[in-house]
This record gives sequence, structure tokens and C-alpha cells, in this order.
Amino acid sequence: MSCCGNSPGYQEIDEVSRMVSAKLAAFLRTLRDNAFTVGLQEGQDAAALMAVGYAEKPGLLRSAFKHLFSARKSEWEKFDGIFDAFWLGKRVRSRSVTMGSAKAANNPSLKSLQNNPSQAAGSDAATDQIPSGDDAPQERAGEGRMEGASSASNITEIDFRKLADPDQIAEAHAAAAQLAKTMRTRLTRRDLARRRGYRLDLRRTIHSNISHGGVPIHLVKRQRKEKPLRLVVLLDASGSMSMYTGVFLRFIHGVLDEFRQAEAFLFHTRLAYVSDAMKEKDAGRALDRLSIMAQGAGGGTRIGESLQTFNRWHAARVLHSRSCVMIVSDGYETGDAALLGREMAALGRRCRRIVWLNPMMAWEGYAPEAAGIKAALPHIDLYAPANTLKSLTELEPYLARL
Amino acid sequence: MKNREQIAERLAASGYIADGELATAISLMQLLKRPLLLEGEAGVGKTEVAKALAKVHGTELIRLQCYEGLDQSAALYEWNYQRQLLAIQAHHGEQADAIEDQIFSEKYLLERPLLAAIRRQQSPVLLIDEIDRADDEFEAFLLELLSDFQVSIPELGTISAITIPHVILTSNGTRELSDALRRRCLYHYVDYPDVDREARIIMARINGAGASLSLQIARMVENIRKEELRKVPGVAETLDWAAALVGIGVQDLHDTPETVHDTLMCLLKTHEDRSRVTREVTERLLGKVA
Repeated sequence: MSCCGNSPGYQEIDEVSRMVSAKLAAFLRTLRDNAFTVGLQEGQDAAALMAVGYAEKPGLLRSAFKHLFSARKSEWEKFDGIFDAFWLGKRVRSRSVTMGSAKAANNPSLKSLQNNPSQAAGSDAATDQIPSGDDAPQERAGEGRMEGASSASNITEIDFRKLADPDQIAEAHAAAAQLAKTMRTRLTRRDLARRRGYRLDLRRTIHSNISHGGVPIHLVKRQRKEKPLRLVVLLDASGSMSMYTGVFLRFIHGVLDEFRQAEAFLFHTRLAYVSDAMKEKDAGRALDRLSIMAQGAGGGTRIGESLQTFNRWHAARVLHSRSCVMIVSDGYETGDAALLGREMAALGRRCRRIVWLNPMMAWEGYAPEAAGIKAALPHIDLYAPANTLKSLTELEPYLARL
Repeated sequence: MKNREQIAERLAASGYIADGELATAISLMQLLKRPLLLEGEAGVGKTEVAKALAKVHGTELIRLQCYEGLDQSAALYEWNYQRQLLAIQAHHGEQADAIEDQIFSEKYLLERPLLAAIRRQQSPVLLIDEIDRADDEFEAFLLELLSDFQVSIPELGTISAITIPHVILTSNGTRELSDALRRRCLYHYVDYPDVDREARIIMARINGAGASLSLQIARMVENIRKEELRKVPGVAETLDWAAALVGIGVQDLHDTPETVHDTLMCLLKTHEDRSRVTREVTERLLGKVA
């Protein structure tokens, strides 16, 4: 833009630069609509780049902007499409703003989940009945910590599927959120109590004793920092589980909020990563968003395939040696049970413990006879019922021992 | 931009075959004075970018390997306590102020990578490797350093940068990085190279690898990457394998399918993958290599 003016007058240059900057501003807006985090600084840098001559070739400008504006792999991958659509007027395949989370829009598996809400099983009542008004999280700290569980004691032993009226459901949800909070405080307190050193830190010892002329009076010790427990929840959102998903979603929301390290996934016929959608502070809104994702595309549960996806794409990032994987499912596998067994074995090698919560386990006359659960059982460390809040609470001491 | 082509050329001369976009990224780094964040699978050559960049600029490479528990004293600076103590003993009986001035001077300061990077006469390349392994707190501290390029040492005062280093950060994605850090940096995703580029990398790196053999190796590796593997081989593995084949004296993969299968241990590093790629699979994959 700095070519010495043989023809265009100042006004024309002004005109051109105004048009360019207006177009650039519109592009930034498009990027923001597509969930890029673009600040003022980026805008200025972009203008600077165009001024230096990067705007001469579209390919070059695209490449430069791509480096400047994208900040993660997902953005990196969808940038070219957005750029082409905006500057070159090409049509892009299915790259549009989707409601809800930024990441939901570009996760293919989530997308397909979101596109199919109409086919959802009609029985998803539990998640839809959440009255968004009065289920705000009980923000009472300190002394009120156990309160949630105790005041809700009348509902702690009722099977979730027998909860009928909205008030009761709201109460159960609040209790689930509270439970997550309590679990978190107990699990960390335990970590603090153990913080004693066993190795001498020579450098620090000398340093802190310089004031004594170097005589080591005060000793400094060090210990490896314990990694906090990481909880990874895989929730079955298929039709057969619909009576339980509501409360568990609320529990997961609490867990993600309260545990420093927790991740959540939903699965029915596919696996969806939902941690980001869950990080929405407002529980009502997070649940609304999730219940859309939780509605299955119909056609059963493919636990094995979902686990395969998890092992291949997420496990390396999400799991470490102090991870506990919590699978909440009834174990009715409609896919290949042998695959489920193999994937459970692979999963077992990667994490500390696998907890399988099965709400149906407490039903009278239930025996683990479904092919899926049979294949999975040998690899499970704890197989427990989770149809009431009480049974959820009973899990905590187990988690604390990890 | 001329600058960009020059960079691509010089990268190639230093033995790093870059794709066009990486050259753009590096020219932007200089233009906008921003750090570059490289993400990608293990073994795609993220660290090599920094090494090549140091060669291109003809400067020093200062490397900070991140790990859990990395703190300021290992990353930034530390006092040389032992020498300070000796000095205190040696100057016994002198004025306390004089001793203090002496032992808190630069002579007793131990430079760690971050401090070293801003005190060079010629801008070095600062490689902050595997930033995702460091703690959140360290990331926040790094963010501050990367925006101001100055360090304050309580006993000594503020040390400003003599030159601004070229900063490259790499991440494997074991932990999600903060948005603030991401926004501060230019971003480049390093993917597995395509066949053509991988062949050129092999030719550039392995002495005695001919054009046709390199192309065959690259195609074979591409086919192997498409298999269902637990650990997909990276460029480093490809180079190992190419070196092995050249060392054994293989001229054409089709002549020696046995050797090809036996040397696959350079690429497949887990028992599961090894047993999945059987002789039959190797032959099928070899068949696809023209």
C-alpha cells in the first residue's frame, strides 16, 4: 500500500485503505463468530501484514493469517475454509457456526450428534425436565459443605428413575452437585497431609543458611509433588439409560467444576468430548446444551467402538498414571462384544482404575448377562450400582484410596 | 515476499525441508516479533525447526526442556551459593555492606536458559521444548517474560533484554495450554510430511540414499501410517529406518522383502504394532509401493 503515488491521489488512497480496513474488520468478526479468539493486537498485526505486501497473493495472505489467527489445531484446520469463503467467495462444506460451544462446531462427532436431534428417542424426559430457574448451584462454602447431602437425605436412597416431580429432580441434581464438591475437598485434604520431604535439597539448604555463615542449621527437604487424582467420566447416553443421564450429567458438571483435573465424554453410537461444553458455569445452560448432545441418534449403544475412539484419540492426552476412568453404562452393547473386551483391556493398561457404574445392577433379579458387560467385567476394578445418590457417595472412599 | 523464499532456501540448505507455510511462519515471527508455537504429534520434527532456524540465522540455540516441577531457579537464574559462602569466609572481618555488594554481583549469578537468552549480543534462538509438561504457574510466568523481555532479580535490579531472542515453543498436547499463551504466539501445526517432502528429507539427511529408494521408503512409511497402529512412526523413525536400509546396502525395497520386514523394528516400537504388521501385511504394503 506504500507504492509511491504516480497516479492515485491522497483521497483515493484513503478510500482504498478505508475499504480494506472495513473488509478486514468484517473478517475479524467472521472469525469471532467462528469462535476464534481474536484481540485488538491481532487486528493491528493483520493490518500491518497487509500493508507490508502480504495481500498481493491470496495464498500468501491466507497462510500468514492462518498463523496469526489460529491458536489450536481445530482452528488451524478450519481456517482455510473460512478464509476462502470470506475473501474468495468459495462455498465451504458444513463450516458454519453451530449453537453452543465453540469446539462443538468443529468436532465431527459432536456435529453429527447435534444434527440429529429430531431422531432422538422420545423417552429422554429426565434431561428435559430440568427447570432452569431454581437449580442454581448452592454456593455455600465452609460449614455448609455436608449440608447438601444431609438435607437431601430423604432422596438419597430413592432410585433415580422413580424421581417424578420436578422439585424432587431439582433436589437430586443439587445433591449431585454438592456431592462432587465434597469429594473434591476430601480428596485434596488428603494430599496436603502427606506433604513431608524425604530428600535433602542441598542447594536450598545452603541458601537458607547463608545468614548463619553457612552452618547448616535449618534443613530444607524436598519431595515429589503428588499428582492429583484425575477423573475421566464416560457416560452412556443411550435410550436405555435415559432415566439416569439427567442426574449423572449434573454430577459430571459438578465434578468438572470442582476437580482440578477431570474430563468427560458422552457416548451412545459415537463418542463425544463434552468437557468444554460442561465448563459452562451456569448449570442450567450447560445441561441444556448437553441434553442436546446426549440425545442419541437412535440405534443402540456401541460401547466398544466408542472406547476404541477414546483409546485412539483421547487416551494419550487425558489419562495418566493417577487417573480413574469411570464408565457409567448399563452394558447393553449392540456392537461387537469382543471388541469391547479388547478395548477395555487396552484402557486398563493406561489408567490406574476402571470403575463401572451400572444403575441397573440394583434392580431386583439383575444379573450381568448382557454380552457387553460379560466381556468387560474381567477388566473392571470396581463394579458398583449407582442408582441412588447414596451409592454415589459410597464411591468416595474408594476414589480416595487411589 | 522475497524474505520468505530466502528463508525456505536457507532452511533447505541447513538440512531442514520445510513446507511453504512454515517459511511464512518464520518470516512472520521476525516481522511481528512474536513467538511461534509449534504443535504436532511426537516425532514430526518440531524440535528440528528450532535447530534449523538457529543454523539459518547463524546463532546459538538455547534450549529449555520443560518438565513437571520446573521452577524459576532452573529456568531463569540462581545464585551460586557455594561461591557466595566461600566469599563470605574469605572476606571475614570486612564491612558487611562490602561483602554483600560483592556476593550479590553478576559474578555470582548463574545464568539459566531464559536469562541467558536475553543477554546475548546476537539474538539467539530460544527453544522452549514441550511447554505442556510444565505446570500452569510456570506458563503464567513465561507469559510475562515473553511480553516484557526483562527479568527482575531482587538483589540486583531489573535486567532488560540486550537482544530479543527468536522464541519457539513446542507442545505435544499432554495438557491444554492457556488461551493467553496461545494468543501471544503465532501458531503452526506440524503434520506428518507428504510423500514427496519426506523423500526429500531422507535424501537431505541420509548419505547414500538415492532418489528412487528415498521415494520408496517414503511411500512405504505413508502406507504404514495408514494402518491401525498404537504408535504412528514419525519422521525421526523414518530416518532411522532409511539409515538402516542404506547401511545394509538395500537398493530397491522390492528386491529384499525379507530385510524390509526385519528392519521394520525401526518404525514400530510396540509389541502390539509389531505383531499386527505381519509378513503378509508387509508384502501387501510393499505391493502398493510403486
